[in-house]
Amino acid sequence: MATAERALRLPEVRTAEERGFLSWLMTVDHKRIGVLYLLTSTIMFAAGGVEALLMRTQLIRPDNAFLGPKAYDQVLTMHGTTMIFLAVIPLAAAFFNYFMPIMIGARDVAFPRLNALSYWLYLAGAVILYSSWFLGGAPDAGWFNYVPLSDAFSGPGENFYILGLLLTGFSSIVSAVNFITTIINMRAPGMSLMRMPVFVWGTFLWSALLLFSAPPFSVALILLLLDRIAGTGFFVPAAGGNALMWQHLFWIMGHPEVYILAVPAWGIISEVIPAFARKPLFGYRGAVIALFAITSLSFTVWSHHMFATGMGPVVNDAFMVTTKLISLPTGALVFTWLLTLWGGRIRYTTAMLYAVGFLPVFIVGGLTGLMLATAPADLQLTDTYFVVGHFHYVAVGGILFSMLAAAYYWLPKMTGKLLDERLGKWSFWVTFVGFNLTFFPMHLSGLLGMPRRIYTYSPLLGVDVYNLLSTVGAYVLGVGLLLTIVNVVRSLASGRKAGADPWDARTLEWATPSPVPAYNFRVIPLVRSRDALWYEKHAADGDGRVRPSEEVAGAIHMPGLTYLPALLSLGLLVAAYGVNFKLAWLAALGGLVAFYSIFRQMFEADRGYLLEPRGESE
Amino acid sequence: MSSRPLEALQQEEEEREAALHAENVRLGFWVWLASEAVFFASLIGVYVALEGRSVAGPTPTDVFDLPVTTLATLDLLLSSLTMVLAVVSMWRRNQGAVKLWLALTALLGLAFLGFQATEYSGFMRDGLLFNTNVFSASFYTLTGFHGAHVAFGVAWIVGLLISAFRGHLRPEEAHKLEVAGLYWHFVDVVWIVIFTVVYVLGTAA
Repeated sequence: MATAERALRLPEVRTAEERGFLSWLMTVDHKRIGVLYLLTSTIMFAAGGVEALLMRTQLIRPDNAFLGPKAYDQVLTMHGTTMIFLAVIPLAAAFFNYFMPIMIGARDVAFPRLNALSYWLYLAGAVILYSSWFLGGAPDAGWFNYVPLSDAFSGPGENFYILGLLLTGFSSIVSAVNFITTIINMRAPGMSLMRMPVFVWGTFLWSALLLFSAPPFSVALILLLLDRIAGTGFFVPAAGGNALMWQHLFWIMGHPEVYILAVPAWGIISEVIPAFARKPLFGYRGAVIALFAITSLSFTVWSHHMFATGMGPVVNDAFMVTTKLISLPTGALVFTWLLTLWGGRIRYTTAMLYAVGFLPVFIVGGLTGLMLATAPADLQLTDTYFVVGHFHYVAVGGILFSMLAAAYYWLPKMTGKLLDERLGKWSFWVTFVGFNLTFFPMHLSGLLGMPRRIYTYSPLLGVDVYNLLSTVGAYVLGVGLLLTIVNVVRSLASGRKAGADPWDARTLEWATPSPVPAYNFRVIPLVRSRDALWYEKHAADGDGRVRPSEEVAGAIHMPGLTYLPALLSLGLLVAAYGVNFKLAWLAALGGLVAFYSIFRQMFEADRGYLLEPRGESE
Repeated sequence: MSSRPLEALQQEEEEREAALHAENVRLGFWVWLASEAVFFASLIGVYVALEGRSVAGPTPTDVFDLPVTTLATLDLLLSSLTMVLAVVSMWRRNQGAVKLWLALTALLGLAFLGFQATEYSGFMRDGLLFNTNVFSASFYTLTGFHGAHVAFGVAWIVGLLISAFRGHLRPEEAHKLEVAGLYWHFVDVVWIVIFTVVYVLGTAA
């Protein structure tokens, strides 16, 4: 190729990445996208938390009139939908985005632009769902959205649920494709599959779960939308449709969803516990196999949510067996963590407290799960507060605690500032006590027969004291979580510098400066063992630094900034409002914008730019 | 090693990046198709679950015209063949043949869409509107979703064709054509399942 022609094709050289406000709209850097995810999901988490407090305030005493039934149904629906789809999944995506590429020694994900698209689609979904409050009322048929509650008997908010979750589902599939490709193709030299941190395995299996569970749910949403706006009868028995079909399609997504929430949590726990027990993870190979087993089995258990629908004893028994089966690999995972702690030189930092606090409450959530998986017992317990207690032990005690462990463990890497340990420990104990005070009494009120999803209860039921305790606990839990937010804000303002490796940790992200530079690694590392950094710190021929895999080759090629992902997502947002308000021209306009950005993206070459690193020694 | 000039190193690096990107696109597209397969499987599952439950209006045996649909199926199969020939021509660096086969593929795709439009309008004349019964709803949703995929594929192929005419589709970017081919074959395979389950089994019963 002629030199002149080559020079034309060479991208421009820069010495710094762009940092302005607009660059956040156009960024394709996996770390900045991770930060966007973290901020947005925290705001969503706060919204879901406020909704929870509203419900608990209504339930503080029997026959309370704080929220009427109409408002309560909306708050209930938005709480569940927000926490699952808008808070916890994207919170996991935030940590995956930021750390997975660094942990496998890559400079970015396989498709940086698709990564940005995932975030903007998620934001669009959140905007649609939350705009419902101002446009006639929020959805009110529960996060499970059963027909006919969501169809013949629902308010105008239902379409927002459908359209919002179609967008977040699309976002999840795009992320899944991106992460799977990244993990298979982009690992640094020496990073074999069985040397990957368990957190990276978690990313991989989380992606696989989303990849296969989002489509059936999206189909269900589309069919429900057609029932609502086009007069079809997919779920209308009188028209020949089948109402239970919704439940099947929903739970085929809904049960793997539990593991979509839990697998990231387990990945985090599997990083935090070895780092602070100063031991390698016990039974790494077994943990990976267990995670694979859980992921596959999770697609075979969905009907245990439907024992009471009259599927008959044969079907119920089959799903009971598969459900109990899944507790075996899950139990194996718990032993992995316990035996990692065994004989370790444990340091109880705040991150470690949350990780260790996770263990007992997660076990309680698992055991009550086994009780519910027993079909005859489930017929008694289903739709009572026992179920609410059970899944909050898994979702808050299991998943939220691990996300908090991740925040205390990894935020210093993301911001370069340490969090306050004293305030952190206060936050842990207040959160832990508040959590148990909120959700433990629910088991008891459930056993006494208090039905869930109902806006009030009678004093004759004898559950007043449990509800009072739960409400007090919810406020204590809220204070505990607020302490963490205060801690983060204070650390950003005046935290001590973290340095590259504040925890004397094990994996590759701690071999990079804090915060991590745009290109992650000046030179792609050479991985010589599992726990790559720890190995270099302790190997006979190691000098504490991760070795380079190649000679230094000057400037680093970075992908270019682009507004296309945000534009595509804006187009779909506009189209969704068009469908919602039955405005064909608006839907067509949005569709055109989306179509334009897809095709522009497909046929536009991204030359990127060359980044000249600022002479760091790393 | 370090005696090599920086320029050469940088070019090597760029080539390696380009090769990795092509690999990523190929693998990523397979993964995406796995998700699409579940999407179609769910729609087909819904169709089968609601089969024979319509309470009013025309049923499959009233409206399906199997010989015409068989022709449309052959047309789509043929378009897979021309797509393969386009990709092979790309590997053989024969740009003229790439353009020819791509144009033919797009035309065959359009012909299939034309068939679908005629089929739909015939059904509507027979009184089978979108919301007539659960058969019509699940049928139009499934085949409409598939038809939208064909339409997107045609637009994609036309885009590639324009690129090729402007000299932007170079042999070292063969992956761009390969993934379009992969998509096209996938849509084709899905149609074979739909043809079998919906049309053949639906009228045999």
